[in-house]
Amino acid sequence: MVIRINGKDSEVATDLSVARLLEDLELRPGRVVVELNARVLSRDAHGATRLKQGDEVEIVHFVGGG
Amino acid sequence: MTDPVPQSPGAAPSDCLRLAGREYRSRLIVGTGKYRDFEETRKAIEASGAAIVTVAVRRVNVVDRDRENLLDYLDPARFTILPNTAGCHTPDEAVRTCRLAREAGVGSMVKLEVIGDRKTLFPDTPGTLEAARLLVEDGFTVLPYISDDVVTARKLEDMGCAAVMPLAAPIGSGLGICNPYNIRIIQENVSIPVIVDAGVGTASDAAIVMEMGCDGVLMNTAIAGARDPVLMADAMKLAVESGRKAFLAGRIPRKLYATASSPIEGLLA
Repeated sequence: MVIRINGKDSEVATDLSVARLLEDLELRPGRVVVELNARVLSRDAHGATRLKQGDEVEIVHFVGGG
Repeated sequence: MTDPVPQSPGAAPSDCLRLAGREYRSRLIVGTGKYRDFEETRKAIEASGAAIVTVAVRRVNVVDRDRENLLDYLDPARFTILPNTAGCHTPDEAVRTCRLAREAGVGSMVKLEVIGDRKTLFPDTPGTLEAARLLVEDGFTVLPYISDDVVTARKLEDMGCAAVMPLAAPIGSGLGICNPYNIRIIQENVSIPVIVDAGVGTASDAAIVMEMGCDGVLMNTAIAGARDPVLMADAMKLAVESGRKAFLAGRIPRKLYATASSPIEGLLA
């Protein structure tokens, strides 16, 4: 299925959890925040949240800034 | 101003920045942008003595990932991480950014910026007011970056913001305090802390801000853009401490003519 990750269409396995997506992307869950379809997803919900075709995922982190 | 002027020198050691009921060891708040690498960021922040450190929220590059993360170099147990909404041009973008930042688990204090102009990076005042209202309602501790305008400052105070952060000059310009009178007017007319944010160029600018009685100063480029950022961070630390002490000590009034420091009595001849 295709989901949108940070503005780009990406082919991912069906029934993928958010936790597994982060693992596949080699991202540490403690260092990123995930937004799913414009709603912030709490870290506790990463494991139980399954992605669906067409989902819009934003993955952000802190970078240097003033 | 929130802090009473202590009556004795003994009052100075307990003098610290108070924001939303918490005390911070330094009145200098520093940014983490524009450094060569995370190691330089870490060293400069150590040298600055800052307790509160600003960061930005951005998309992770999922194609070309960095192994390291800024938070690997800034222990959130030692520093209060202050996420900003830099780059946001609407209240919605700013609120969305703050909600994402809060989920990162670094608390709910945010530096609100709603930018109204790309060239000057001056704030969009109606947008800032709207975003501040939404964020306060949502339980955030809001520190808004504003123009040096007392009317805006008062409205934000009434709304429940924890401080106001008027600009001294455009972000990254290094021009110093362009309108000290407006900063003073803000200071005299709000009771929440006033933290001058943006425009500082060198140590004397920071000292002047503190001598004026401001509660704190926030800077990034003045340190990160210096030839030796770590040395400049130390200079800023001393300037902020020095300016604050001078404010507490109370400067002499300006006079047009001389007053001799040595006694007139006992002069030869």
